[in-house]
Amino acid sequence: MATMHTQNTARLMMSPAVLMLLVWMVVPLGMTLYFSFLRYNLLMPGMEHFTGFGNYEFFLSDPAFFEALANTLLLVGGVLLVTVVGGTFLAILINQPFWGQGIVRLLVIAPFFVMPTVSALVWKNMLMHPVNGLFAWIAHGFGLDPVDWLAVLPLFSITMIVAWGWLPFATLIILTALQSLDQEQQEAAEMDGAGIVSIFTYITLPHLSRALTVVVLIETIFLLSIFAEIYVTTSGGPGTASTNISFLIYAEALLKYDVGSAAAGGVVAIILANIVAIFLIRMIGKNLEA
Amino acid sequence: MARETTRNRKLVFTVIGWTIGLTLFFPILWTIITSFKTEGEAIASPPSFVFFQWTLENYFEVQTRSDYFKHAMNSVIISLGSTGLGLLVAIPAAWAMAFSPTKHTKNVLMWMLSTKMLPPVGVLVPIFLIFRDFGLLDTRTGLVAVLMLMNLPIIVWMLYTYFKEIPGEILEAARMDGATLGKEIVYILAPMAVPGIASTLLLNIILAWNEAFWTLNLTAADAAPLSAFIASYSSPEGLFWAKLSAASTMAIAPILVMGWFSQKQLVRGLTFGAVK
Repeated sequence: MATMHTQNTARLMMSPAVLMLLVWMVVPLGMTLYFSFLRYNLLMPGMEHFTGFGNYEFFLSDPAFFEALANTLLLVGGVLLVTVVGGTFLAILINQPFWGQGIVRLLVIAPFFVMPTVSALVWKNMLMHPVNGLFAWIAHGFGLDPVDWLAVLPLFSITMIVAWGWLPFATLIILTALQSLDQEQQEAAEMDGAGIVSIFTYITLPHLSRALTVVVLIETIFLLSIFAEIYVTTSGGPGTASTNISFLIYAEALLKYDVGSAAAGGVVAIILANIVAIFLIRMIGKNLEA
Repeated sequence: MARETTRNRKLVFTVIGWTIGLTLFFPILWTIITSFKTEGEAIASPPSFVFFQWTLENYFEVQTRSDYFKHAMNSVIISLGSTGLGLLVAIPAAWAMAFSPTKHTKNVLMWMLSTKMLPPVGVLVPIFLIFRDFGLLDTRTGLVAVLMLMNLPIIVWMLYTYFKEIPGEILEAARMDGATLGKEIVYILAPMAVPGIASTLLLNIILAWNEAFWTLNLTAADAAPLSAFIASYSSPEGLFWAKLSAASTMAIAPILVMGWFSQKQLVRGLTFGAVK
């Protein structure tokens, strides 16, 4: 009886959160799916009609889609490369004893707390500006011509800006994992004459594998949706050189008012994200049982 | 000899560590320094790092020109509102899942997590249209609702992992002693749960404060919090670097301080308990 009672209470306590999330998920998702089969432009109200897979054909055959897809993958891959390699290096460095360790740790994680619009604007103007930016001044100092970063190398520049913000995330997680590494094992290996490289390869890296996987998966989920940095710096340009899937869908929906093809794009984006999400959820689920 | 090498080693790492730390922090430092310059000095080449006429005028100008505090208030209301509402809904849910788990609990948790994996752009169109039809565009109410729902899975998960660590035996002992549910909550669970709730609160304020996808797409002049308002400085006519820096410094300072305090919880919260 008592358990029945507590179980009902428990159900009652969970229901607001569950119902809200259910509505939040089902309603917009259902609408996205529905719109994706409609010819629907906000500039022509009342003209919407069923078009089957027309929007998908339109969206998927648009050359901009392939460029956006490639840009998305390059952006995610580039940021992952910088943050995972850099984060591992930084975490190992911060884990060594040195003077002012705590302060350096604070300095390193700070970029993560800078809102994306601010970091994008600061990098775009004060650092990367081809005339007055700091990088231009440094280039002059070396006798080089300054580079108009966001015009010439837009995707690379955005990758750098985003990586700067996510490097602390990778560092923090890897550092947390490092701190649970068995010191004695490492000392024993040192005694046996193992060098830094072999300690790293055979002891540190295997220990970090789980944290690294988590970093890769979670960053991928967030990086697939990068938007503000592009919106503020290049607006996807020049041309579509720095348009990713998120920005492309935004442009279809709120700049071209083409609800139908934006919705079809949304479905494509959801499918892409789900490919990663499945692995992540499975991993976290395993952790839940342990 | 050995002590000498450890000392040298420590010195080398101190130099490397500080060099990298300061380099990574530099864009933030540079923003703070520039916020105290005049507009002329802000774009001067060669740039000056310390020896310039320090001024506070940008901090006042930002307010008089663009009503900075209105947007700062929007940020405060939206981040506190969405986090507070989220906690209100999530605490009972996480509680029930941690203390009266059923065979479905794990599935519910995993499903909640999966809603977080949905790319926001996938539901941009319907949310925009719903907002338009219900008059929620450019309102704080609308943003509070969206950000609350967006972060709800993280809030539930974080709370769940904290509540899980409260030993269940204590509850049983209290029940044996005849404690009612109310007493159980006030005297036993609340004191043990407060630290977890506080960390959750902190992390979610940070996430909501910095959120820029929905704030950029759903707000304009009225309800824009700082994350969207700052973007208005990207227009060509808005190239006032000193003022941009002042506005940015004020926008990131409170969150930076909170973030520094919550670095441990951050790992747990953002990895859904997979790394602790």
